[in-house]
Amino acid sequence: MTNPPSAPSGVGAESAPPDATTTTAPPALRAHSPQVSADRAQRFGSWYYAEHALRVMNGYRWTLIAYSVGNPVMYLFAMGVGLATLVDQNSADAFGGVSYLAFIAPALLAAATIMTAATEFTYPVMDGFKWRRVYYGPHASPLAVHQIVNGYIIAITLRLVLMSAIYFGIVAAFGASPSPWGWAAVPVAVLCGLSFGLPLMAYSASVEEDKGQFALVMRFLVTPMFLFSGTFFPLTTLPIFLQWIGWISPLWHGTQLGRMLTYGYPVPAWLAVIHVVYLVALAILGWRLARRTYERRLGK
Amino acid sequence: MPNSLTRDYVISARNLTKHYGDFAAVDDISFDVPAGESFGLLGPNGAGKSTTMRMIGGVSQRTSGSLSIMGLDPEQHGPQVRAHLGVVPQQDNLDEELRVRDNLIVYGRYFGLPLSYLKPKADELLEFAQLTEKAKSKVDSLSGGMKRRLTIARSLINEPKILLLDEPTTGLDPQARHILWDRLFRLKESGVTLILTTHYMDEAEQLCDRLVVVDKGKIMAEGSPSQLIREHSTREVLELRFGSERNTTVAAELQGIGDRLEPLPDRVLIYTHDGEAALEQVASRGLHPITSLVRRSSLEDVFLRLTGRSLVD
Repeated sequence: MTNPPSAPSGVGAESAPPDATTTTAPPALRAHSPQVSADRAQRFGSWYYAEHALRVMNGYRWTLIAYSVGNPVMYLFAMGVGLATLVDQNSADAFGGVSYLAFIAPALLAAATIMTAATEFTYPVMDGFKWRRVYYGPHASPLAVHQIVNGYIIAITLRLVLMSAIYFGIVAAFGASPSPWGWAAVPVAVLCGLSFGLPLMAYSASVEEDKGQFALVMRFLVTPMFLFSGTFFPLTTLPIFLQWIGWISPLWHGTQLGRMLTYGYPVPAWLAVIHVVYLVALAILGWRLARRTYERRLGK
Repeated sequence: MPNSLTRDYVISARNLTKHYGDFAAVDDISFDVPAGESFGLLGPNGAGKSTTMRMIGGVSQRTSGSLSIMGLDPEQHGPQVRAHLGVVPQQDNLDEELRVRDNLIVYGRYFGLPLSYLKPKADELLEFAQLTEKAKSKVDSLSGGMKRRLTIARSLINEPKILLLDEPTTGLDPQARHILWDRLFRLKESGVTLILTTHYMDEAEQLCDRLVVVDKGKIMAEGSPSQLIREHSTREVLELRFGSERNTTVAAELQGIGDRLEPLPDRVLIYTHDGEAALEQVASRGLHPITSLVRRSSLEDVFLRLTGRSLVD
C-alpha cells in the first residue's frame, strides 16, 4: 500500500490492467461464433491463406529482395553489356535496329518470372502434401481446398509482381526500355510466369514421391525453354524443325509481347492477341487442374 | 422424442462406412457423443480410427451412412462443421518456417479472427501449453512433446467446443505424455468435448469417460473403461512366464485353474477373481514359473478377449 508514492491515477492505473487481464480469464477475449468463422472463411479464405504464405515469405524477405535486385543486374551486365558489345559491333541490324541489350531485356524479364515460378510451384507444393504436410493444417480449418490453391497463387503472384517491377526498374535504368509502354511488360511477365507455373503446380500436386522429377523439369523443360524461345536470338534464326519449341513455349509468347511493349517490336495485332490468349489459357487450365488435383489428394 | 435426443449429442454417427476400393476401412459403425463427454476410439493401427476422425473432421467423404456434427452434415456444411472443431492430427503439420507464436496467429486467421483477439489469445495458449519461453523460437527447434503441445494450442485458437485428437501422445516419452494428459484433463474439466483415438490402453483409461473398441473397421464393444473390464474380463489376471519354449506346453497342465486361460508366446495369462489363490493352485500342481505377477485386468485384456490379438503389435 505504501509503495507507490506518486502517480496516483495516470500511468500506474493504465499499466496495471494488462497484467490483471492475462491472469484472470478476460471476458473481452472471446472468439466469435463458429458461424461467423465459417462465413468469413467462405468469403475471405483465399486471402487468409495468402496471408499465411506471405508471412512465410516475410521470414526470408532480404534473400528475396537481394535475389530480385542481384539477378537482373548480373544478367544485364553479362549479356546486355558484356556480350552486347561484341554482338552490336558485328550485326548492327540483326535485332530490328535496337541494341542487343534492348533485345534481350524483355526476354530476361519474362525468363526470370518463369524461373521463380518453377521453384515456387514445385518443392513447396511437395512440402505441403508430403514433407512437412503444411496443407493439412488449413485443410482441417474452415478453409476449402480451392482457397488453399487460390491463396498460394495470390501470394506467388504478388511475389512475381514485386520481382518484375524491380527487374523492370533496373532494365529502365540501363536505358533498355525506350517505349513509354515499357512498364506494361511487368504484368505480361507475371502472366508469363503463371502460364508456366500453374500447370506445373497441378503436376507437382500429382507427384506422390520425389524421385528427381523436379530436377528433370528444370533440366529438360526450363533450360531448353530458356535457350530456344527466341531469348538470345530471334526464333526465326533457328532451323524450322526447332522453331516449334518457341511456339509452344510460354516464354516465347511472353517475350514477344514484352518486346512489343518495351521497344515497339512490330507484332501484328492478331498475333499479339494470340500471345495473350495462349498465356491466359495455359494459366487458367493449370489453375483448374491444380484445384482438381488438390481436392482429390487432400480429400482422400 | 428422437429429435430431443439427437439435439443433446454433439456427434452422431449412424452406419458410418468408408471404403477404399474393396477395402472397408470403416465398416458400418454407429455411436453418439453427448456434449462434454470424453469419448475414445481404442484399437490397433489400421483399425479405422483415423479414417473415422477424418470423416468427423469434415475432410474425408464417407461411402455410406450418416454423420452429424452439432446437427450439421460435414459433407454439406464443411466450413461450418470445421469452424466448430479443434483438430490435433496424428502427424504434426506445423509450419516450421514460422515461429512458434506465429503458427497460432496464422491458424487463427483461417477462422477470420482479428489480430486484436489473436495476439493475447496466442500468448494465453502458449502459457497453457507451457511454451511461453519458446514463443519466438523456430518450430524445428522444439522437442517432439513441445511440438505436440503447440499443435494442441493451435487447435484451441478458435475456442472449439469439440476437440479431435488423433493419437495425441504416440511417439512421446512417458514424461511428455503425462504433461499432455494433464493439459487434456484440464480441457475436459472446462467442458470441452474430447474425441480421441489411441492404441494405448493407459491413455484410454486415463482420459476417456466412454470408449468403443474398434478392430478392422468395426466396433467390438462399447462402454466406460471399468464397465468394459467388468463385462469382458475378470477382476484379476495372473501372468506366468515359464520361458519362451515352455509357455504353450505348460498351458495344457494349467487347465482348470481360474476362469479362462490365455497362452501367449511370451507368457500365460490366467483370468480369475483371485490371482493369489490361482498362483497357489499352480504351485500345488508342481509347476514353477520363472516369474509370476498378479495384477488388475486392463483394457488390454478386454481387447485380447474381443479380438484374440494384443493392441500393440
